Amino acid sequence: MSGKILIKNGFVFDPMNGVDGEVMDVAVENGKIVEDVKGVDVKVIDATGMVVMPGGVDVHSHIAGSKVNSGRALRPEDHYKDYEPRKPGLRSGVGHTVPSTFVIGYRYARMGYTTVVEPATPMLKQRHTIEELNDIPIIDKASFPLVGDCWFVMEYLEKSMFKECAAYLAWLLKALKGYALKVVNPGGLESWGWGGNVRSIDDSIPNFNLTPREILRGLCKVNKMLNIPHPIHVHANRLGQPGNYKTLIETMDCVRDLYDGYKPIIYLTHCQFNSYAGESWIDLTSGAPEVADYVNKHPHVVIDVGQVIFSNATTMTADGPFQFQLHLLTDYKWVNADVECETSAGIVPFRYRKRNYVHAIQWITGLELALMVKDPWRVFLTTDHPNAGPFTEYPRVVGWLISRKAREATMKKVNARALKRTMLDSIDREYSLYEIAIVTRAGTANVLGLKSKGHLGVGADADIAIYDFNPRVIDLSRDYKLVRKAFRRAKYTIKGGEIVCVNGEIVKSIEGSIFWVNPSISHDLEDTVVSDIRGRFRDYYTIEFDSYVIDEDFLVNSRPMQVKGGV
Amino acid sequence: MNVIRNVLCPFCGCCCDDLEVEVDSNRIVNVRNACALGRGKFLSIGEHRLLKPLVRVNGELVETDLDKAIEKAVEIVKDSSYPVFYGFGCTSCEAIKLCLEMADLLGGLADNISVVCHGPTILGLQDMGIPSATLGQVRHRADLIIYWGCNPVEAHPRHMLRYGPLSNGRFVAGRKNRRMVVVDVRRTSTAAMADVFIQVKPNSDFEVLTALRALVNDLDLEVEEVGGVPVGKLEELADMMVNAKFGALFFGLGLTMSYGKEHNVESAIALVRDLNKKTKFIMIPMRGHFNVTGANEVFTWQTGYPFCVDFSMGYPRYNPGETSAIDVMARGDCDLLFVVGADPCSHLPRQIVEKLKNVKLIVLDPAVTPTVKMADVAIPVAYVGIEAGGTAYRMDGVPLRLKKIIDPPPGVLSDVDVLNQILRRLK
Amino acid sequence: MILVSGRSLEQGLGKEASKFSKRYIDATTVCQIDPEDMRKLNIGDGGSVRISSQYGSVVVKAVKSKYAPHPGVIFMAYGPWVNSLTGPETHGTGMPSFKGLEVEVEPVEVAEGSQREG
Repeated sequence: MSGKILIKNGFVFDPMNGVDGEVMDVAVENGKIVEDVKGVDVKVIDATGMVVMPGGVDVHSHIAGSKVNSGRALRPEDHYKDYEPRKPGLRSGVGHTVPSTFVIGYRYARMGYTTVVEPATPMLKQRHTIEELNDIPIIDKASFPLVGDCWFVMEYLEKSMFKECAAYLAWLLKALKGYALKVVNPGGLESWGWGGNVRSIDDSIPNFNLTPREILRGLCKVNKMLNIPHPIHVHANRLGQPGNYKTLIETMDCVRDLYDGYKPIIYLTHCQFNSYAGESWIDLTSGAPEVADYVNKHPHVVIDVGQVIFSNATTMTADGPFQFQLHLLTDYKWVNADVECETSAGIVPFRYRKRNYVHAIQWITGLELALMVKDPWRVFLTTDHPNAGPFTEYPRVVGWLISRKAREATMKKVNARALKRTMLDSIDREYSLYEIAIVTRAGTANVLGLKSKGHLGVGADADIAIYDFNPRVIDLSRDYKLVRKAFRRAKYTIKGGEIVCVNGEIVKSIEGSIFWVNPSISHDLEDTVVSDIRGRFRDYYTIEFDSYVIDEDFLVNSRPMQVKGGV
Repeated sequence: MNVIRNVLCPFCGCCCDDLEVEVDSNRIVNVRNACALGRGKFLSIGEHRLLKPLVRVNGELVETDLDKAIEKAVEIVKDSSYPVFYGFGCTSCEAIKLCLEMADLLGGLADNISVVCHGPTILGLQDMGIPSATLGQVRHRADLIIYWGCNPVEAHPRHMLRYGPLSNGRFVAGRKNRRMVVVDVRRTSTAAMADVFIQVKPNSDFEVLTALRALVNDLDLEVEEVGGVPVGKLEELADMMVNAKFGALFFGLGLTMSYGKEHNVESAIALVRDLNKKTKFIMIPMRGHFNVTGANEVFTWQTGYPFCVDFSMGYPRYNPGETSAIDVMARGDCDLLFVVGADPCSHLPRQIVEKLKNVKLIVLDPAVTPTVKMADVAIPVAYVGIEAGGTAYRMDGVPLRLKKIIDPPPGVLSDVDVLNQILRRLK
Repeated sequence: MILVSGRSLEQGLGKEASKFSKRYIDATTVCQIDPEDMRKLNIGDGGSVRISSQYGSVVVKAVKSKYAPHPGVIFMAYGPWVNSLTGPETHGTGMPSFKGLEVEVEPVEVAEGSQREG
């Protein structure tokens, strides 16, 4: 589309380019941001008195794939009351914590989000993830294959064969069209194959001569060797257990010596779930201050929050043993879905209640992390959708971050004992809009290495969100409800130069693209390793080697990123 | 002559992808690695083909050309007030998506054949969840394998070899390192291979499963027998289950179709779930067709619900029993049945089939079937997995690629092509 | 007696050879009965039986079951013939009763040329 758009006079927040609320024009042509546009066929959008930001980039949200779909199927009760009727050009669908594919695209676009990452996909079922991603309209997408407990990986790492491991993973990303390397409860998933789990990063893994620490270090090395743009994306051991903040810090620390000062080398996700102090559910409290302190002092780490919302949720992770424990704790229905030679998955519905002591601590922990980590380029806003809450509640989280008053309004209603035992109530910090732009788009695009996203510089993809509130007139802290409302329904969302949303309504549905990383490595090494894997494949998997690979033309709008691997 | 490897077998839910097919001048001459069912399919595709589109004129089926048949189909669809799109066990995900789009557009009903197969399993898991895994977990780890209410020797012939007691895994290899148990109402060929066969009275699976669950939870039974099975035998089975290192329960239509239906499955789920407190145990439904699982997956991600989806209010609604194709047809609520990848006139109760006499019937099928004979419009399509490619899902949810290995007969398109043409004219 | 319908290898092979093939018809117009039951009901191996449920009835060929003993249980492969007996009642699940149906079974004298109804 040669569509020319000129967004005039808005307050532009573009942290990647240092723009902090300046009144500027933004010009779009042929799907990209350009210096200027001229001509009679320019669509002019008057953004006077409005906020203009790059489209939102969500770095961690479970939107597609086998376990997401099992969660959808599991919960018809989640969908009954929350539906989207069909409209001309738009498909019908359902919400609420596990929306159907069309609804995911529409609802993200409504909030001004234009890129979303599915952070955990089982490699054997990657074709399923891609099929669902193909069906999600408007937004651009990427997926992270789960590699931590993969048998091939563990075998290479057991023997310290890092080059071969790197070659295997380079081939894997290319074969499966994946974007980055995901690790969940390293060692724990293989243990869960026998119904067990690991209790620390130095615990042993049945039948493998390896510890979780060695998996983390090995993959961190391999990631760097391959120059994969995003660091290893890690869901730490002992998620959801009281006292686990120590394991989280150990996890962060176990690769510290591998840092080369260039950019972060480990990404710890939904840290809220891994930042608990105390020894049991009775004396559970927030370990966020300790975690935040570590993150502040160690630039090799980036995190995202995983903020709890007091509403229905659906917990779904690759952490099979954790999910089973959650089922035992709550007696809610439980789906388990191990994947041979690779990983596991579990799903349990959930609901977070304000008056519940534990849930209140969880809510507090997430906000403490967000408010105590000083560098917004290293702490990102997520709800680990749908584990801690649905993505449609991101505006509510924004409200809590920019306004102490918003936090007070909620703190009044949460379990008082939880508040007394933690620090949140004493924190006055309020995020600026510039910081919000970082933790929801600039910073996330940056850590992903998506150079064409998350900013409004010339040459960027024309993914733009315009929010209807005037930062010069309103007080963010006092008028947080207005800000929240504005973020719920964007005044305009532009995706790839197409106006897709106006006044919070989807006006046009288009296809998004799928980003993936293609690390190029030495041909000889690749040939050797692939031929070795191919030869052994039948001993591992119940499908043929050729069935595992996904052709590029299976993706709708494939956008590979060529990377020069260093092996 | 050409040998095509890595061919996905388009018959049952095993979805074996190691078939090798020899093709000579667009004819299949041999198939290797397939079971009798798969082999039978590949080698008999020439027989009883529907080669020309048919439309019903003055009560008689008359040959016509594709364009006219599609015109007629579009006319019937446009005229209908409540179309039902049904089938989808034997076609690709791509075709299913097109029919869902049509049902959404028209405010009709979309349902798939799981409603008469593992629908009750879906109902059961929506209540209880389900502890499951991919088939390779069983092959690599299971030392106890139970087949309950299913007969793989006749319905999934390579299952035991590829995924079950006869397979070789990393940690457990071969038949002698595993115990195999069969539970059924008759001593089938599968039962004959078991270490332990438990014969239950028909319609008593719920009681037997509940009794087992009691035993597994260390409760005593105060009866002598349950469902025709002596309690001693049940105690033996309960011990085997609790003491297994990794147990797998494969269950079939014996549970879903018998009295109790979804409650039978719920009881099995509760049993396996409870076993996970003591050891590792999983269960996998034996899906009968090569892509009925895919139908459930596509339905779920596009509409939120795995089957029985009604769009008449403008959005997906789900209420099996009300919005199931069977019940809609039984109530006489639909005026059009649009069938893709199924033969309902053979497989549905006669009283339902009788009702179809008052309903317009459009069917896409490669072969002449009883449903084709009752149709108002019948359009020939390619055999999916042989003459047309696409995506399919194995019984454990693993997605695989169907191949096109030969061309369909001249003039015969894939169902995706036909559906696209119909959809285009509807929009 | 209790009727169970299900897949059989012959029915599976037959349906691919076509639903109008002899193989399919042979596979689906046959009812497997426990030999003891056949004796009690005076049914010869290969003889004709009328099976009736609350939904309908059908005449098919009776054969000795290879999977006996299963007194009181008869088996027929999926197909139009057994579906004369299954009913549309789904008990709110969408699934008709294909297995575990109560039926009456009686031998029939068959005149030449009218071997199978349905």
